[in-house]
Amino acid sequence: MATSNKKNVLDLSFSLITAVASLSIIFIIVGIFWILVRESAPAIHKFGFIDFLISTEWNPVKELFGAAANISGTFMTTALALLFAVPTAIGIAIFVTEVAPNFLKGPVGIAIELLAAIPSIIYGMWGLFTLAPIMSRHIEPFLQKTLGKLPVLEVLFRGTPLGIDILTASVILAIMIIPFTASIARDSFNLTPAVVKESAYALGATQWEVVKNIVLPYSKLGVFGGIVLSLGRALGETMAVAFVLGNNHKIATSFLDAAATITVTLANEFTEADSDIYLSSLYYLALVLFVMSFIALAIAKLMLIRAERKYSR
Amino acid sequence: MKKAAALVLAVLMSTLAVTVHAEETLNGAGATFPAPVYSAWAYEYNKVTGTKLNYQSIGSGGGIRQITERTVDFGASDAPLASEKLAKDNLLQFPAVIGGVVLVVNVPGIKAGELKLDSDAVCKIYLGEIKTWNDAKIKSMNPKASLPASDITVVHRSDGSGTTAIFTDYLSGICPAWKEKVGSGTAVSWPAGIGGKGNEGVANYVKQQSNSIGYVEFAYAKQNNMAYTLLKNAAGIFVAPSFASFEDAAATGDFDPKKDFYLWLNNAKGKKSWPIAGATFILLAKDKKDSNMKTVKFYDWAFKNGANKAKELIYVPLPKSLQDKIRTYWKANGIL
Repeated sequence: MATSNKKNVLDLSFSLITAVASLSIIFIIVGIFWILVRESAPAIHKFGFIDFLISTEWNPVKELFGAAANISGTFMTTALALLFAVPTAIGIAIFVTEVAPNFLKGPVGIAIELLAAIPSIIYGMWGLFTLAPIMSRHIEPFLQKTLGKLPVLEVLFRGTPLGIDILTASVILAIMIIPFTASIARDSFNLTPAVVKESAYALGATQWEVVKNIVLPYSKLGVFGGIVLSLGRALGETMAVAFVLGNNHKIATSFLDAAATITVTLANEFTEADSDIYLSSLYYLALVLFVMSFIALAIAKLMLIRAERKYSR
Repeated sequence: MKKAAALVLAVLMSTLAVTVHAEETLNGAGATFPAPVYSAWAYEYNKVTGTKLNYQSIGSGGGIRQITERTVDFGASDAPLASEKLAKDNLLQFPAVIGGVVLVVNVPGIKAGELKLDSDAVCKIYLGEIKTWNDAKIKSMNPKASLPASDITVVHRSDGSGTTAIFTDYLSGICPAWKEKVGSGTAVSWPAGIGGKGNEGVANYVKQQSNSIGYVEFAYAKQNNMAYTLLKNAAGIFVAPSFASFEDAAATGDFDPKKDFYLWLNNAKGKKSWPIAGATFILLAKDKKDSNMKTVKFYDWAFKNGANKAKELIYVPLPKSLQDKIRTYWKANGIL
C-alpha cells in the first residue's frame, strides 16, 4: 500500500511537472505577443496598420516609420537563401546516404553538423572580412558580365558591386541553413526501407532512378520539414546578416543593393533608439515579424498535415 | 534528496553572499563608446577603495531609460539631454570624457593628414552632391594632390550610434541643406552611401573600397593607422585630429552648468580646435542621494587620477577648468 502510494505521488508530480513545462510555453508565447502589442501601441496608433506595412519611409529624425523596406528585405534575402540552400542541401543528403563510399559518410556528416554549430556572429565576421571582398572583387563583377547582360535579369545585377548587399547576405544565410535542411533530409532518406531500394536495384534501376523514384518520394515530408525549419531560421537570422546587408531602408531592386531586414534593423537600432515613438516602431516591426513567422510556419504545418493525410491513404 | 537540499542551500547562500556584497557595488548602464575607459577606471578604483563598478554597455537609449526608471545608480549617454527633459525626469547631467570623430579616406596616393577638406565639402560629399574626388571644390583645397576622377564611395554607420549623432550634428551645424534634408540623430535617413556596422564595419569598408570616405571614432582611426583627413575648423584653420586639438575643443567649448552642460562640442571656436567632437555624459537621479554620492565619488576620483589611463585608451580627458565646473555643479545640487 505504502509503495503504491509513493508511486502515485511520484506519478502525479511527474505529470504535473511535464504539464507545467508545456503550458509555460504557451504562456511565454502569449506573453511575448502581449508585450509586443503593448509596446508597439503608440506606433500602431500613430502609423496605423496598412500604412505602416506599405510605407517605405524610415526616418528617425523626422520620426516617420514604415515597414515596407524591411519586409521586402526580409523576403528577398530569405527567398534567395532558400533558392541557394535547398538544392545544395538535398544534393549533400543524397551524396551522404546513397552515393558516398562508407569511409566518407562519417566525416561529411560530422562536417555538416559542425557547420550548424558555428555561432552566427562568426558567420557575420567571416562574411564582412572574407566573403564581402571576394564577392565585390570577383563574383559580382563576373555576374554583371554574364547574367547582367541578359535582357530581363539585367535589372537584378545593376549597381556598383560593393559586396555589402542582398546577394552576399543570402549566400551567408544559405550556408547557415544548409546544415538544417541537409541533416534532416539525410535522416529522412535513411528512413527509406532498404528492402524497397534493394528491390528497385534488383529490377535494374540506376542509382539516379532509385533516388528520384524511391528515396525522394518516400522522404518528401521530412525534407519539407527541414526546409520549413530553415525558413524559420532564415527569417529570424540577425547577426550574420547585420554585418553584410548595410541596413539601408529602401526597397532594393537589384541583388547588389544594400537593404535591411526586420531583425537587422532591430539589432542595429534598438540600443540607440532615443525617442519613444522610435522605440515603439521597432517593437511594431518585431510584432510584424512575429506574425509573419507565425503565418509562414502555420502554412508550412498545414501543408505538412495535408501531405501526411494524402500519404497515409 | 539530501544532495538536492544541500544544493539549494548552497545556491541560496551564494545569492545571499552577493546581496551582502552589493552594498559596495555601483551600478551603471548606457553608452557603449565610453565603456572601455569606465571599466579601466573601475579596475583601478576597486583596488583603491574596494568599490566595484558594474557597468552595462547597453547603449545610450537604454541608459536613459534605466536611469529614468531608477533601476541603476547612474545612466550614461553619448548625446546630452536638454535641461527641460532632465527637469521632467528629475535628472542631473555632467560630462565624463571627450570623444572625437575623424574622417578617414582610402584614395590611392593619399596618405594620412594629406587631404584637406572644409565643412562645406564634407557636407556635399555626404549629401551626394560632390560625386568624384577631382571635383573642383576638393581640388581647390588640395592643389598639390593628384586626385582621381573616380566616384566617391561614401560610408556611414548602419547601426544607431553616438558617433553618428556627433557627426550629423556637426553637419547640421555647418550646412543648412543638411539640416533641412537630413537632420541629426543617432540614426538618420542617409541620402548617399553604404552602411557599415560599428566602427569596425565602417573602417573595414573604407579599407576595402578604393576611393571611399568614412567617419570613425578617433581611437579607431589611430589604432588602425587609417588615412585621416585634415579639416578646416570654425576659426578657418586646417587642423589634424590629435589629443591637443580635441583638448583645445573641450577647453574652448562653452559647457554651461546652468544648462546641465548641454553642449555638442562641434565647431568649437579655438584656433587649434578639431571641429567634430562630443562629450559623453553621466545621468543621475536627483532623488537618489546615496547612489549619487557613490557615483560622484567615483567620477571625482577618475577625473583626478584617470587622465593617463584615458589617454592610453585614446580618450580625451576633461580639461581642469571643466572638472572644476562639474564639481561646483555637484555641490550646487547637494552632492559631494
